[in-house]
Amino acid sequence: MSGPPTTEVYRIDWVPGTDTLHGLCHCGAERSGQDPVEMWEWMLAHPVGHGAEPR
Amino acid sequence: MTAFARNQWYVAAYGREVGRDLLGRTILNEPVAFYRSEETGTVVALADRCVHRRFPLTAGRLDGDRVVCGYHGFTYDTTGTCVYVPGQKRIPRTARVNSYPVVEQDSFVWVWIGDPALADPGAVPRAKHLADPGWTTVGGMEPIDAGYGLLVDNLMDLSHETYLHGGYIGTPEVAETPTTTEVDEGAGIVRVSRHMDDAECPPFYARSTGIEGRITRWQDIEYHAPCLYLLHSRIAPVGVLPGPDGDDSHAFHVEITYAITPSTDGHVYDFWCVSRDFAQDDEEVTTFLHDFNRTVVMQDVDALNLLQKALDTEPEGYQELSINIDTGGLAARRILARLAAEGAGPSVPVPAPAR
Repeated sequence: MSGPPTTEVYRIDWVPGTDTLHGLCHCGAERSGQDPVEMWEWMLAHPVGHGAEPR
Repeated sequence: MTAFARNQWYVAAYGREVGRDLLGRTILNEPVAFYRSEETGTVVALADRCVHRRFPLTAGRLDGDRVVCGYHGFTYDTTGTCVYVPGQKRIPRTARVNSYPVVEQDSFVWVWIGDPALADPGAVPRAKHLADPGWTTVGGMEPIDAGYGLLVDNLMDLSHETYLHGGYIGTPEVAETPTTTEVDEGAGIVRVSRHMDDAECPPFYARSTGIEGRITRWQDIEYHAPCLYLLHSRIAPVGVLPGPDGDDSHAFHVEITYAITPSTDGHVYDFWCVSRDFAQDDEEVTTFLHDFNRTVVMQDVDALNLLQKALDTEPEGYQELSINIDTGGLAARRILARLAAEGAGPSVPVPAPAR
């Protein structure tokens, strides 16, 4: 069931005027892409792939 | 087929549906009988099968607050304990039916089908506008011959309004406007927002608000998985925005509420409500919004019935293709998979993100 708001918020913006999705993890990691499945997989793998390595 | 999340609250009925006649609903594959206690006015939910020969209790009758089976007279109190069997004094200790935790709130009757020890009445998500005198609400319920996951998919991606509901609530701008999706993982909430700055006004809003020109149309979805779906809809003439102090009295607000309650694996109850903060006492608007929205809901019902039938003929593991419009729906699928895994027991691993 739903509960009170938490800080574990993942956000994906579909950038207006483009086909690009921009993902923002609650840890601050960001990523752009064009596939929502791949974007969620990256997002929810947090913290794997959300560190300082090249994105 | 989307798995059921058992340890969750689900809407079983509108409060107005539950009275002194037995009401039968199947929730998560469990047949349940509902009635309202004469003594306390509260809603009682018991398994709708007599312990004796499994006869549906809803085919029996109420005797005060007791349910009498219509086949051989086994009689149950509000806790599900059998208090009478025919022809003998000894009542077997196992003679009882399940009773389910119930909360009546915001005009809905919510039921808990999972482990009763985990049922927290304070965790029922709110839809306060449904019982707020500042809003006028119409609503209904339509059963759909489809798994509940198809209804979740449908509601999380409103781009389908342009095609399935064109000429009713859909306009070209809905499918064309990008969305923002947010998942609050801890809270179990998915939010999808689509703000259209300059859009055609569909008949649903033109006829109810009286706006004749183009509109600013905001759709803000708030899905409290698994059951409660809120769509905050804001309509105003183009360029009319909330003031810097937050005053939004020049806009029209409609709260679209759905309760998505899995009935059986292949059936879902689609509870729908439309609440407005304008023309509250205008009966004509009330009738229009009810009838028009029911038509829209039936367009979804027909489409999902057809889709489920088609999917039933597909081989296991059929392929789908997801694009940008599916970002919110994919998030909802994944949360539902997690909730279902949690409800199945602590040892079940959380599945990989849904594709």
